[in-house]
Amino acid sequence: MKSLGSIRRDFAPWNDPNAKPYIQFDNVTKKFGDFTAVNNLSLTIFEREFFALLGASGCGKSTLLRMLAGFEEPTAGRILLDGQDLRGIPPYRRPVNMMFQSYALFPHMTVENNIAFGLKQDGMPKPEIAARVAEMLKLVKLEQFAKRKPHQLSGGQRQRVALARSVAKRPKVLLLDEPLGALDKKLREETQFELMDLQQSLGLTFVVVTHDQEEAMTMADRIAIIDKGEVMQVATPAEVYEAPGSRFVAGFVGNVNMFEGRIARGEAGSASIDAGNGITIRTDNAGNAAAGTAVTFAIRPEKIKVSSAKPAGAVNAIEGEVYDIAYLGDMTVYHVRLDDGQVVRASTMNAARITEDPLSWNDRAWVSFRPDAGVVLTR
Amino acid sequence: MNTTWSRFNITSIVLGFAFLYLPIVLLIVFSFNESKLVTVWGGFSTKWYVSLFHNQGLMDATWVTARVGVISATVATVLGTLAALTLTRYTRFKGRMLFSGMVFAPLVMPEVITGLSLLLLFVAVGLDRGFLTVTLAHITFTMCFVAVVVQSRLISFDRSLEEAAMDLGAPPVKTFFQITLPVIMPAIISGWMLAFTLSLDDLVIASFTSGPGATTLPMKIYSQVRLGVTPEINAACTILIAVVAVGVIVASLANKRREVQRQRDERAAQRG
Amino acid sequence: MSNAAVTTATSSRATDAGKSALARLGAAFVGRLVIIIPYLWLLFFFLIPFVIVFKISLSQTAIAMPPYTPALDFRDGISGFFAQLRQLSVDNYTWLTQDALYFNAYVTSLIIAAISTVLTLLVGYPIAYGMARAPATIRPTLLMLVILPFWTSFLIRVYAWIGILKPEGLLNQMLLATGIISQPLIILNTYTAIFIGIVYSYLPFMVLPLYSSLEKMDYSLIEAAKDLGCPPTSAFWKITFPLSLPGVIAGCLLVFIPAVGEFVIPDLLGGSQTLMIGKTLWNEFFANRDWPVSSAVAVILLLLLTVPIMLFQQAQARAQEQDK
Repeated sequence: MKSLGSIRRDFAPWNDPNAKPYIQFDNVTKKFGDFTAVNNLSLTIFEREFFALLGASGCGKSTLLRMLAGFEEPTAGRILLDGQDLRGIPPYRRPVNMMFQSYALFPHMTVENNIAFGLKQDGMPKPEIAARVAEMLKLVKLEQFAKRKPHQLSGGQRQRVALARSVAKRPKVLLLDEPLGALDKKLREETQFELMDLQQSLGLTFVVVTHDQEEAMTMADRIAIIDKGEVMQVATPAEVYEAPGSRFVAGFVGNVNMFEGRIARGEAGSASIDAGNGITIRTDNAGNAAAGTAVTFAIRPEKIKVSSAKPAGAVNAIEGEVYDIAYLGDMTVYHVRLDDGQVVRASTMNAARITEDPLSWNDRAWVSFRPDAGVVLTR
Repeated sequence: MNTTWSRFNITSIVLGFAFLYLPIVLLIVFSFNESKLVTVWGGFSTKWYVSLFHNQGLMDATWVTARVGVISATVATVLGTLAALTLTRYTRFKGRMLFSGMVFAPLVMPEVITGLSLLLLFVAVGLDRGFLTVTLAHITFTMCFVAVVVQSRLISFDRSLEEAAMDLGAPPVKTFFQITLPVIMPAIISGWMLAFTLSLDDLVIASFTSGPGATTLPMKIYSQVRLGVTPEINAACTILIAVVAVGVIVASLANKRREVQRQRDERAAQRG
Repeated sequence: MSNAAVTTATSSRATDAGKSALARLGAAFVGRLVIIIPYLWLLFFFLIPFVIVFKISLSQTAIAMPPYTPALDFRDGISGFFAQLRQLSVDNYTWLTQDALYFNAYVTSLIIAAISTVLTLLVGYPIAYGMARAPATIRPTLLMLVILPFWTSFLIRVYAWIGILKPEGLLNQMLLATGIISQPLIILNTYTAIFIGIVYSYLPFMVLPLYSSLEKMDYSLIEAAKDLGCPPTSAFWKITFPLSLPGVIAGCLLVFIPAVGEFVIPDLLGGSQTLMIGKTLWNEFFANRDWPVSSAVAVILLLLLTVPIMLFQQAQARAQEQDK
């Protein structure tokens, strides 16, 4: 069985036409004065899904989250949670909880009182609160910090208190606003996996807002890429990466090489693209683009091979000169300047310690790739 | 992030500001009253301003007050700035607790106590009460306010600016005058203005420490107010308010323009 | 030749070193001066006067200049000084405890100051809260509007209330004209007028510390409370108010301490019927010319205020720590 990317997903309600949507944004628009933060946006999220809203700062992703939490009301459109229209329901009556980017831990309360805060609002009996708080502290491994105040904790510990506080009420949906933004790189990577485990074990629906594509790729079942208040693409991480729907998405997620050109000849998905300067690219992924259409051919660096001689039998091989080399340990990145001046980025996994065909700066070199390695974009 | 500025918030601000400003506005309005009865409107007139300028006693008191204010504010600004530097820069020296106590306590000390104690000091050392003693007294209580204003600026001051200057070869004293002082200058200026208005304003301490020939304007106003409210005093008060208001508004406008200019420069620089 | 160059270089380096050592010494001296000048000034003009007040509070009134005895000077040599020292007595303090007038004045002053402080807090908190929640662009303007009256004369502002509160004053004219009352209210020369005067005059001192602690507060804390199921009013009492406590304490002390010894407001608005200790001290000094008794009054007032003043100083020090 073939699949995009290297994982097979068994949890995929979005492919099931009978699956009931859990959260629905229906043509939602949000304006602040004359600034449109969210523009006629529709989105569906399923129960138990780990859903990521990915975009640059100011793209409207946080506004979406805040509308779901109830801090903002949509200017137009509606938001449904489990079939219920959320309009007019204040944040303190919504069955969703949020983990704030700043954590928003109450500085005058101890860790356990922070975690118990939401439970007390529900009027839960004291023994039950104590039990739930103990359970949460265990979950985030902070048992011995129960009596501390937030300012006596490290950044990572604060993050875990914020997490425990927001899941303590067992909300239908947990909203996470840049949950790992304030952590350093190493801690962030560890915490990503902890969050995924937590989501699995609690069986909650997570909606996370992030500007960090790696974070979104690692954790999410599906990613919505947001730009200027609009959804550019909603897809699994592998689809977003391997089958971007537009130039914007291809360029936004990961590194990419793009060749502008025109379909020269096409039949049944495969085509030749005339990329100018005598470069012709043969691809199997042309979709149904007709001959003569202006297209962009996008190809990821790791799908391009660099060699000192033209590989025998290569369908696509272009000659150029090695312009820059970056050795990163696990891989090496080459910048090859083609004869028409365009610079192509290619990366090679250093699967072995010794390379047979080493390249140096200013060497003549060939970049080559298979006909199914890239995608043709018309948007 | 837009926070909700609810109707409740707006109402409380409007009512609060009405409470703060209404008495002052009424005072100003009735200074232009034709009638001698302060609270009955008898038509517009500026005659009280004219008679004010023929009141030699008031004019003399104004001149005394202005001189006391300028001299005491200037000395207090120097001393207060030094005290602020001491508080922020020298965290360990003998008697620091006592020192910070002596800086903060005068802020809340009832004026009758400060006035009485200073007077008794002047008598004890045999200093005749008059212009000098009022000025010394005003320096003492206003320098603490200057110290607090300058100190709050010094706390947020980026010490690495000084370190950079010294790293580039400027000795400490030079660093202070070329780097630190210009940066904290706005705070020093507002400290001076605060000291000046406090001095201009003071009745109690001046009453204790001043002597014949050094009657200040508040003392003069007070003695007339005790005899009854007159439109002439309203006129004097209006002029005083106008002077202060114009000073404050001009200063803050200048400040704002500098700020706007700076932001514009920054934007231009970023566009490159 | 190269040797000579090296020597010159070395010697010039030596002078440089000498210079910089001198500069360091100079800097250390200047640093000392920075501490010494304000320190000595405050010692001489703030602390020593209190010692003198205490000394005079133990003396007797005399018809002389200065009008008290003993003068405690060295005119008769050391032995004369000690002879004078023996004349000091606590008679003035005994006098203060025997005359109910003083006791009542102290108690009344403390009560009036306490009530006024609470009233100022009640009036000031909504204003400070409204300012802190105002759009960030107009906050500096609002702040300036709160400070501006403070720059105009305190005496003038108190004086303005006479015209408003007196029986034929503007407030009564308005209330009579609108038919709310049929008889003019007697407010001037009552404790009510003192409350109004104190709340009015000290309002900025309450609003500013409250505003600064409310404005510093992270609004996402309120959102977090709401998100966890807390309605707005409850969120105010559970989050906003506890977090503004440093501002509440600072504001209350800034109002309470000076209000206890307030003179101008009770004198102008309170009339002769009201009794406050600042006015008592003033009368004792200016009307009765009894310097020893007014000194004793001041000493006891200072003792009463010692604890609040120390609390105030601690609050200031804490705020300073937090700003760092």
